[in-house]
Amino acid sequence: MAIRRVLSTTPVYIILIVIGLFFLIPLLWPILASINPQATLAVALPKSPSLVNFATIISNGTVAQPFINSLILGISTMVLAVILSGLAAYPLSRYQFGLKRLLMYFILFTSALPVLALVTPLYAMYVTLNLQDTLLGCVLFFVASALPFCIWLMKNFLDTVPFELEEAAWIDGASTLDTLRHIVLPLAAPGIAVVGVWSFLGAWTNFFVPLIILQSQNLLPASVNIYTFFGSYGQVNYGQLAAYALLYALPAVALYTLVSRFFVKGITGGLKG
Amino acid sequence: MQKEIQLETPLETRRPLTPVPQNNQRRNKHMRTGILFMAPALLITLVFMIGPALWSVYISLTNMSLTGAGAASPQWVGLQNFAQILHDGEFFNAFRVSLTYLVFSALIGQAVLGLLLALLMRKRNRVFKAILGSIIVVAWVIPDVVAGFLWSAFLAGGPQSVLAPGLLNTIMSAIALPQHAWLQQYPMTMIIMANIWRGTAFSMLLYASGLEGIPDELFEAAAIDGAGVWARLRNITLPLLRGTIATDLLLITLSTLSDFTLVFVLTGGSNLNTELMTIYQYRQAFQFYQIGYGSAIALLIIVVGAILSLLYIRILRVEL
Repeated sequence: MAIRRVLSTTPVYIILIVIGLFFLIPLLWPILASINPQATLAVALPKSPSLVNFATIISNGTVAQPFINSLILGISTMVLAVILSGLAAYPLSRYQFGLKRLLMYFILFTSALPVLALVTPLYAMYVTLNLQDTLLGCVLFFVASALPFCIWLMKNFLDTVPFELEEAAWIDGASTLDTLRHIVLPLAAPGIAVVGVWSFLGAWTNFFVPLIILQSQNLLPASVNIYTFFGSYGQVNYGQLAAYALLYALPAVALYTLVSRFFVKGITGGLKG
Repeated sequence: MQKEIQLETPLETRRPLTPVPQNNQRRNKHMRTGILFMAPALLITLVFMIGPALWSVYISLTNMSLTGAGAASPQWVGLQNFAQILHDGEFFNAFRVSLTYLVFSALIGQAVLGLLLALLMRKRNRVFKAILGSIIVVAWVIPDVVAGFLWSAFLAGGPQSVLAPGLLNTIMSAIALPQHAWLQQYPMTMIIMANIWRGTAFSMLLYASGLEGIPDELFEAAAIDGAGVWARLRNITLPLLRGTIATDLLLITLSTLSDFTLVFVLTGGSNLNTELMTIYQYRQAFQFYQIGYGSAIALLIIVVGAILSLLYIRILRVEL
């Protein structure tokens, strides 16, 4: 029996390892190139590995301004999305009222709109509203496009916090604010974390919106600014490009890992209703 | 008559989560509080998402542009932009490219590979599963631009290239096969591969969570009855995953419809063979400065997306 088991599972492991290699191999270049001062586009073990690429881009100012811009975009989007979606999700989870069904459909509908196609008319709208070439303009659009899905996620997480707990606290004389702070918030913490990370990453990783909305060099976030490595003068320094790409991708991977346990549950639970 | 469907989540707790309203007065009070709480979120969504959607209707009926006559004072041109689309070979090219990209990279590539991975990873060694899972998920969570540059490096080089050969060409010469300028010779195949690499994790996670809902006893019973792997897949797994599959296909369709960055970074955005509708729309609006015409194309994408989105709600209703 044990032998049969091994025989039947070995092919499965081989298939999985082959698929795994397909996913792993493209990731090798930036890791090896970033610690190689003489990096090219080829994948090679560095002769004298060093962190000089990282040190250079951090000290020569390639990283600072665009990463700060990305942080401003990400954190503002996150704070607004968490607060606004939390507020909106609470009545949707707790109350029964006339417009609720319609609102839920509206939220679902907007959460699935092709966001990218909205950016061209958004630009025209921003020219009229004087919001083009501002970080605020980007943030407002990031928040708006993240909110429908965030509300949907937040409602699903709030639904798992039993209403009886709140009622019991009210009977014991707690105010609505008290119950929110001491009961709902701690129990909904995973949901808040997922919504926060999801909205932060939406803004942090976005390329198209700042490409269209922003023109000033000093406002460009990390995503668009990566093209400065292909400036009009001289050769591309691939080692530094790889180091920059790694630094830029790191927060996304780290934040995702932090909440992945709740993330999958929230996202899939959210998607399937 | 369709079954009455609840919008509440069918979570572990089957109890009604919302208190039953005692009377109309309480209902009205809830409605007022509800609207007050939801007002800021709804306002922002309306202005900055529905706003541009409606705005695109208006601009697409004008000759607005960033330079020339349409820049100073956009003129009302009626349906002229849409008439122009009908005679625009490049638009139909972009449509064909988008459709090919969608079918092969998302509907076939991501969905099938995601389902395969979810099925094969059931009951494997925990450590193995964790490592493999994280590699696949990393490809999904890294920023679009980074994914684009990774694949540029991976596919770099070729027989005539002055650049150092990328890993794929190095592997090719190591196993004595000819090198290729992959992105120039096979642009469509390459962007499809890159998008499968990038997006499969999402389908995998969705299917894995769908599979968790199928009790093991079902498979065991079928196996005892002599059902083979294919029979179990066809008669148990696929029918029970129907809702998950529908949700997955629709969501990856919508996100692929919005794809831009990966292909833009990989191909420089000006290769007709890989010019997605979103890239064409961007070039019309921001490289040829025809905001009106670009918005007309954008509006078409929005309409297709809106129809798919309604379909998505429809599918969820069946599931709820």
